[in-house]
Amino acid sequence: MVQPLSSISPPQNNSCRLRVEDLRFLVNGPYTFVLKEGECLGLSGKSGIGKTQMLRAITDLIPHSGKILLDGVSSTTFPAPLWRSMVTMVPAESFWWYDIVGDHFSAEFDADSLQGKLAAVGFKEDVLNWQISRLSTGEKQRLALIRGLCNTPSVLLLDEPCSALDGYHTALTEALILNYLQHNNASVLWVSHDHEQLQRVAERELCLEKGGLIEKTVERRSVSMEK
Amino acid sequence: MEVIALSAWDLSIAAALVCVLSLLSLFLSLGLEWKILIFSCRMTAQLLFIGIVLRFLFASGSLPIVLLMATVMLFAAGREVLARQNLRLKGITGYAIGTGAMFVSSFSVSLIALLVIIGVDPWYTPQYAIPLLGMLLGNTMTGVSLALDRLTDQFYKERGVVEQRLLLGQTWQEASSDIRKECMRTGMIPIINSMAAAGLVSLPGMMTGQILGGTPPMEAVKYQILIIFLIAAGTGFGVISAIWMSGHYLFDNRHRLCLERLSGSRIRKR
Repeated sequence: MVQPLSSISPPQNNSCRLRVEDLRFLVNGPYTFVLKEGECLGLSGKSGIGKTQMLRAITDLIPHSGKILLDGVSSTTFPAPLWRSMVTMVPAESFWWYDIVGDHFSAEFDADSLQGKLAAVGFKEDVLNWQISRLSTGEKQRLALIRGLCNTPSVLLLDEPCSALDGYHTALTEALILNYLQHNNASVLWVSHDHEQLQRVAERELCLEKGGLIEKTVERRSVSMEK
Repeated sequence: MEVIALSAWDLSIAAALVCVLSLLSLFLSLGLEWKILIFSCRMTAQLLFIGIVLRFLFASGSLPIVLLMATVMLFAAGREVLARQNLRLKGITGYAIGTGAMFVSSFSVSLIALLVIIGVDPWYTPQYAIPLLGMLLGNTMTGVSLALDRLTDQFYKERGVVEQRLLLGQTWQEASSDIRKECMRTGMIPIINSMAAAGLVSLPGMMTGQILGGTPPMEAVKYQILIIFLIAAGTGFGVISAIWMSGHYLFDNRHRLCLERLSGSRIRKR
């Protein structure tokens, strides 16, 4: 059941970062859930149930109904490009349109911070000069994640961020994401088929069904999140 | 110099060449034999018909009839633009964008030519207005249909890239700028190339016709230069406005790529 908006909006406590109310898209929904500040929320569900489409709806790339609020402010009050740079989705398959890796990264972004992130997922400094055509799927996936972080989003919507990575790089990537949450007080909605991964990284896990969300209890993850 | 009138016999010799081509297509199994024959017949009928219409038009020379003729030509060109696209912009908008772009460019350029440059009196004198508009529409049509066909095709094929750029917080203008620029170039390249080749490789059709008709070469050349300038400007304006309008149509106010606004054979197969 949907509550009238006035009864849920205030009070503005700090803990709620993203609030999704009665979200419907295509034939799915309604979905209502809250993403807390600094939280990593896992999202699982059968293949084809609409997990990717839900992320696309939240980042406002497909038409949807219902309300999405970031820190209490509705998505419709922001221009769509600004919304997408605050609530950023990193899709499972990444796309590149220039020949050189570095051209895809905004020049405004702090170069040291970028190099730090690249190093954290196992890239050498010269990666920015590499040819896109010579990247492996896994390399593209890690670079796409870092490209998404360049806007310093408050909310990250990750669609299978480690699907093409080996165990070693999966661990590096998980650490980078959790580190980003910690330092920027950001939140992440993490779609994965890998339950062990969600148990490692997520505090809570939601299971997506056609008509709603089911909360799963998850054991505390091993990576520490205290500040 | 008198124009040598062509007899039906003269034309049928030329037609025989096309029949030979059609037979050749049959032997080489190009699958074009019927197309060649049907479109040859269609072309002949259309031109004979337009000959009759022009005779009537030139005799009457009244403004409403000239405007009516211009409108018919415009809508025919609009239909042709749509027919040449693999993936079309859906609904009446698809038709309106192509037609609107050609209207804006061809009509305005023709008006300038008639009123300011040639200065014929009255400005709608059909002997000038109709061939001029026809040549402009024909060339603009080629440019606009090339550009739009490329645009819809590129948005369909490159939707992953466009959406990826939108996801990174780019506006629809930024996310589609490369595609739109490329399509504008595609639409304009033919006329630029034909400027390069004019006179060296090819004697443009209009000039050839005028010279065959007995006009002194320098006069024919001057008219041809004028026409090529007009065509280049008209095509360019038409292509730019068509791409600009379709860009607006393919994205909504939340900067989403709306591919459901395209229809075509490849989309239906999904």
